[in-house]
Amino acid sequence: MDFIRNFPFFSIILAMFCGIVSSVLKGHWAKRLCLFMVTAQIVLSGSVLFYTVQTGESFIYMMGHFPAPWGNEIRAGILEALMATGFSVIMLLSLLGGISHVFTDVEGTKTNLFFILVDLLMSSLLALIYTNDLFTAYVFVEINTIAACGLIMIRQNGHGIVAAIRYMVMSLLGSGMFLISLTLLYDITGHLLMEPARDAVENIVRTGSYDVPLLVVIGLMSVGLAVKSGLYPFHSWIPETYGYATPAASAILSSLVSKGYIFLLIKVFYRVLGFGTVVGSGVMNLLFVFGLFGMLIGSVRAIRETDTRRMVAYSSVAQIGYIYMGIGLGTQAGMVAAVFHILTHAATKSLLFISAVGLYEVSDGRTDYVSLRGSGYRNRTAGLAFAVGALSMVGFPMLSGFISKLLFATAAVQSPHKMVFTILGLAVSTILNAIYFLRLVISIYSPPEREYGPDESHQASRMLKVASFLFVAVNLVLGLFSKPIVDGINAGLGMFL
Amino acid sequence: MSRLKKDYESSRFRRFEKWVDGEVSPPEFCMETRAPLKRIPPEELSGPRLNEEKINAQVYDERHNKELKIFRVVNKFASVALCVTLIGVLLWTVVYLPEFGNPDNPTNNEVAARYIEKGVEETGATNFVTGMILDYRAFDTFGESCVLFIAATCVQVLMRLDDSDDKEKMKKKQAEENDRIYEPKNDLILQKVSCVLVPLLFIFGIYIILNGHLSPGGGFSGGAVIGSGLILYLNAFGFKKTERFFTEKTFRRVSLAALTFYCLAKSYSFFTGANHLESGIPLGTPGAILSSGLILPLNICVGLVVACTMYAFYTLFRKGGM
Repeated sequence: MDFIRNFPFFSIILAMFCGIVSSVLKGHWAKRLCLFMVTAQIVLSGSVLFYTVQTGESFIYMMGHFPAPWGNEIRAGILEALMATGFSVIMLLSLLGGISHVFTDVEGTKTNLFFILVDLLMSSLLALIYTNDLFTAYVFVEINTIAACGLIMIRQNGHGIVAAIRYMVMSLLGSGMFLISLTLLYDITGHLLMEPARDAVENIVRTGSYDVPLLVVIGLMSVGLAVKSGLYPFHSWIPETYGYATPAASAILSSLVSKGYIFLLIKVFYRVLGFGTVVGSGVMNLLFVFGLFGMLIGSVRAIRETDTRRMVAYSSVAQIGYIYMGIGLGTQAGMVAAVFHILTHAATKSLLFISAVGLYEVSDGRTDYVSLRGSGYRNRTAGLAFAVGALSMVGFPMLSGFISKLLFATAAVQSPHKMVFTILGLAVSTILNAIYFLRLVISIYSPPEREYGPDESHQASRMLKVASFLFVAVNLVLGLFSKPIVDGINAGLGMFL
Repeated sequence: MSRLKKDYESSRFRRFEKWVDGEVSPPEFCMETRAPLKRIPPEELSGPRLNEEKINAQVYDERHNKELKIFRVVNKFASVALCVTLIGVLLWTVVYLPEFGNPDNPTNNEVAARYIEKGVEETGATNFVTGMILDYRAFDTFGESCVLFIAATCVQVLMRLDDSDDKEKMKKKQAEENDRIYEPKNDLILQKVSCVLVPLLFIFGIYIILNGHLSPGGGFSGGAVIGSGLILYLNAFGFKKTERFFTEKTFRRVSLAALTFYCLAKSYSFFTGANHLESGIPLGTPGAILSSGLILPLNICVGLVVACTMYAFYTLFRKGGM
């Protein structure tokens, strides 16, 4: 067996080990360890990606001495490796961009706790991506939820704690549904590992013995993970959660945590329940409808917001809607578009959150439109980065958002029943996106109305600058060199079957 | 040439321009939520300026704020409807599930059969459950211990009061530390009873952990018993006595050592297993106390983590430190 096959296992264990060790380190050392860990993840996942593209097939890695269906397993194919690489790159950039804020927002003695949470969050994201076992997925969903709660409230202001409680209630509702669906699935299949469970599900579909429980399993699993990722109408926790956390945490939560759950859902659809079964059950149509609603209502709410942080957060509701709409199309092309949009949104939304902070820190800490005038001149890096992110979300050619929208539209044309709604939804939502994002871009580049106090921003932080430019570069790469990535997603989804 | 409008202020374009500039005034009867331009010093904020009742009454004024009213009514109905639907769906599903205890159920398959038939031979543990969670599915259990670890971390984020320059915080910390002033805790009955009970609890907990691979029990349950023993001791004798042997340093070191050992030992085992190498860990004779390879030390680790976490939760919630 090639040594590279050990890498997915190494990356998960490395992240967990760093988290454990950070509990006795001082904040600055924990930071160094965390940055080292995430950089190592990029190298490890990148090698796995290279290896899987070379061999052209996925591989299964036994966690212990016992094969399926008795022991735990993880699995890596092109799609898993691509996601892991993308997630670790975005994690590193979000951390670099927000790290100077971490030390001002978090109590000095608790900074190492922040990095413990980030380390374990990384491990759980990787485990959600690589897992080949449903119960392992649940365990790491728990870690992910608790770590996310910690990241929200670590800023210790009133807003943060309220947001964390909201997040916890909604997220636990989702976890509960996911757990119930897992127990039901175990009851009717007798397996927790994905391959044997899929064989059992196929058997159930053929014989028609447990049709009703299977339908409920599909429904609960989709709804549970949709609640956790913030699909409309379960989005009410998003604005507060993303709006008031420390910037690195907002970026990580909006771009990675919710996406981990969506990826798990896609994996379960393909690898356990069977894509045909899920499409046949009609749950896809439900996801499609709520995705569409989310796209429109999220955008309308974003337009009505006067607080820019909450506006960017509401835009996340719309973008999650896009992803679920793509899944809900129920075709391979729709799924490819959804997976690509996961990457697009992750790269763009973290950029927006990181740069938005830079803008309102040079405007006396105020977040309304009038005060933000001219902030693009006062903090040039943040202004440029925000403009690029906003244009990408709107779907400006050359940037990643354009490719996503193109893929969604192409996918829509291939599914005749949903074509009209999808195209109309895309068109309307793009216009709405343009309204609220371009309005802010115009604001930050129009002449200021008053004098501003001293610059309290972190724009001198070199890491923040580097991170902003790298984010822009990632966006350009996703926008200009999308072909190999889309091909990779296609091949990876093929491996799921 | 476009027509000149007299009332430019109320024209559509002007309104659009205003909106782009962000000069929209808040809707009627809504609280002005923009921060004031001048920063208000914190000492002015408290006192008569900050009348919470008045502010809340204005913010949540349902009579004038229609949007809030609709939101509240709709949300109430929606949440009740969601719960009722969920309950209904689950009850409906139960009817179609396999009958309880039927030998032909899907769960009675080769998975359970191998755990029972070959469990002793392959893991060396006569307790199948322990064999399953610490050998067949040890990765999940490592995840579960990390759940405890991260839960403890989150409670520390929320509750731990550290030394800081902030006077308010230090005051709070000192007040929390003196919590025995308010609670007459030197209770003779409690102390005498715990003199008898605490050693028994410790011994029983250690027994459960050490015999985890032989009889019902294991790290999670044994650790919980030891943790409750610690809490009882603390309640009877106070922080001064427990701090002689259990401080935050102890907590950190013990959980670090236990989790690190678990992580390294299991990594070794996963690595050898996946690469089809011999792990070289002897399983011993099933039924003996020193048997079943890594399971015994792993049980001890899990037990230590659980005991420390339980005690840490209690002390963090009680005085914000250990």
